[in-house]
Amino acid sequence: MAKRVLDVAGVSKRFGALEVLSDISFQVEKGETVCVLGPSGSGKSTLLRCINWLERPDAGQIYLNGTEIGVNGGGIVMSDRELSRIRTRIGMVFQHFALWPHLTVLQNLMEAPVQVQKRPKAEVRDEALALLAKVGLSDKRDVFPAKLSGGQKQRVGIARALAMRPDLLLFDEPTSALDPELVGEVLVVMRELAREGMTMVVVTHEMGFARDAATRILFLDRGRVVEMASPEGFFSNPATERARQFIQRYAGRAANGGR
Amino acid sequence: MIHDFGIVWSERGLLLSGLGNTTILSVLSAAAALLLGFVLTPALMAKQRWLSRAVRGFVDGMRCVPFLLFAYIVYYGLPSLGVRLDNWTSGLVALTIYNAAYMAEILRGAWSAQPREPIEAGIAFGFSSVALFRRIVLPPLLLAAGPVIGNQMIQIVKDSAFLTIIALPELTHAASSIQSRHYVPFAAFITAVLLYWGLCLVIEAGVSSIDRLAAARR
Repeated sequence: MAKRVLDVAGVSKRFGALEVLSDISFQVEKGETVCVLGPSGSGKSTLLRCINWLERPDAGQIYLNGTEIGVNGGGIVMSDRELSRIRTRIGMVFQHFALWPHLTVLQNLMEAPVQVQKRPKAEVRDEALALLAKVGLSDKRDVFPAKLSGGQKQRVGIARALAMRPDLLLFDEPTSALDPELVGEVLVVMRELAREGMTMVVVTHEMGFARDAATRILFLDRGRVVEMASPEGFFSNPATERARQFIQRYAGRAANGGR
Repeated sequence: MIHDFGIVWSERGLLLSGLGNTTILSVLSAAAALLLGFVLTPALMAKQRWLSRAVRGFVDGMRCVPFLLFAYIVYYGLPSLGVRLDNWTSGLVALTIYNAAYMAEILRGAWSAQPREPIEAGIAFGFSSVALFRRIVLPPLLLAAGPVIGNQMIQIVKDSAFLTIIALPELTHAASSIQSRHYVPFAAFITAVLLYWGLCLVIEAGVSSIDRLAAARR
């Protein structure tokens, strides 16, 4: 039986009067790639940010490998220190890369493993160099992020997340800020990770990626889980009218040369 | 005229000790003002309005007071409230508090111009509190604010000249005692000006090396 990495149980979140997430539940098994799809404003990014408690959920529980995130056994909210320790188990890739501008590419990869996880520097460095080779950026190791293209920045972003040896990787629209011709190089890396069995939750608008790299699709609309299905099931035979409209809109865009 | 500069040369010990004191005053108060600025800046940006308003009042008020007047208040005014400070302490306190207001405003500007996402990434990668500030927030902030902080340090060097009025033996004080002793005003004051200029060149060299670091990262 596959090991359950992530369990999201009844998570809700509101910003003022606006209910962004309502009663979201889903599980992710080890090695799965779950793509979260849905129209803008459907709460996808907020859901991702709730998983590692960048946003604090108003209700519900989140478990990573069986350990509840954010709340102690006694129902007490975790201290910053405890939260930080759990967050090191979850890698995150950001829409706008969010690389640390004062550090070189290699230093970006090494910063958290050395400073937060307190792993030996030599070991972290070897691993970081191997990761840079994997994302095809060995020659950029001593360059500052500002000198990279968007696609290169995002590949560094992915390598930086992997350097933490996370149990789970979260992607928050990793290709949305990229010029169309740079999207491919990032998706290649993500596909490879999916194939290797990295456990990932990917918020994306890349229907092609969702169709052939995801193990499951989570379709959100107005903060609710509308469908949860295999990619084949979701794209060829959506169960709801909302999903059907959504897929059609994107199919239309793709036909017009969009993504 | 050459003769006048000869007299100044013969008093070089006095001038150099004045230069030394000016340097000590400037370095100590610049460091203290920067540190105090780092305390004031979060307060300036605090969500608690009473706090941000109080600090805002201090910062704006301080920036509207002439430094000379402020130094008078600290040295001559505070004793009537029962606080008596010697001239060195008064000078350091006045320079520090006065410039902390500027530093706070400089840091606030640089801070609010910093993109939010890299800091959020720091949190997501497990940094918290002191480590987050020291490793993720501070370095880009100092790189961005470096040139303006350097300017303010030059301002501090120049403001320190006012402290001659509370008989602090700094560079201006040394120059004016040489001129009153030997009546060589032009030579004495020009020499002091050149020494101030040299001090500022050192600061500017520091600023441009920070600037080079920042440019490589832009």
